[in-house]
Amino acid sequence: MSSELLWYLSRATGVVSIVLLTVVVVIGMVTAGRRRPHADRATIAAGIHRWLSLGMTVFIATHIITAVAEGYVDISWLSVVVPFTSGYETVWIGFGAIAIDLLVTIIVTSLLRHRISERYWRGIHWASYGLWLFAIIHGFALGTADQPILQGITLACGVVGGLAASWRVAVSHADTDRRQEIKSQEWV
Amino acid sequence: MSDTRAVESDLARIGVDRVLCTGHGICARTLPEAIVLDEWGYPILAADAVRPADAKLAVKLCPARALFLR
Repeated sequence: MSSELLWYLSRATGVVSIVLLTVVVVIGMVTAGRRRPHADRATIAAGIHRWLSLGMTVFIATHIITAVAEGYVDISWLSVVVPFTSGYETVWIGFGAIAIDLLVTIIVTSLLRHRISERYWRGIHWASYGLWLFAIIHGFALGTADQPILQGITLACGVVGGLAASWRVAVSHADTDRRQEIKSQEWV
Repeated sequence: MSDTRAVESDLARIGVDRVLCTGHGICARTLPEAIVLDEWGYPILAADAVRPADAKLAVKLCPARALFLR
């Protein structure tokens, strides 16, 4: 396969990855901060969050493999996991490496969720916000800078994710609300 | 369902940790034959024996980790 084709494939899978990642993260925030209980929507959201997060790894893996295999710029296998070791765009590739490290940690701990305590799992899962932000910066700064459409998509993902995160911080928890309502009822 | 009794020993038994449960209601959709929701959205176990595959899925999808196998 020609180097140029690999480079375009890497960009394409990168931009698909950022969209899927944003969808997964936003749906996770909706599940965690939902305002009113709605079992049907919650079930679909939980299913999408779980399986899309695993499915998107195919795009991320393709994104990484093609970026390294494409020989024009210097990105080593080491720089995929160790931040700031890439010869090409050291800082921005480094952000991508941080995102990958966090992604692997979050996926592994989630697959082993029933073997670790809720506290540790939850603490590690909070890193999703960091992972998403590093991925957005990586995508915005690198591959899409001279492509207004791709840059627009990354920017849109950033806006949507940012709004969802503000909503997540602002809302009260549905369970807390309901427990308080139940508590304020009189015993009959 | 004439062979229900014959396979009863193969069924999985489920339970809900009431302290952990935050009322997402997902278990009532993944195990509709066993769980209904009360008016506040918290689960009521109508039956605690369900097909093992269904039970495993429901346990996995519970965001609060309140559903468990006994």
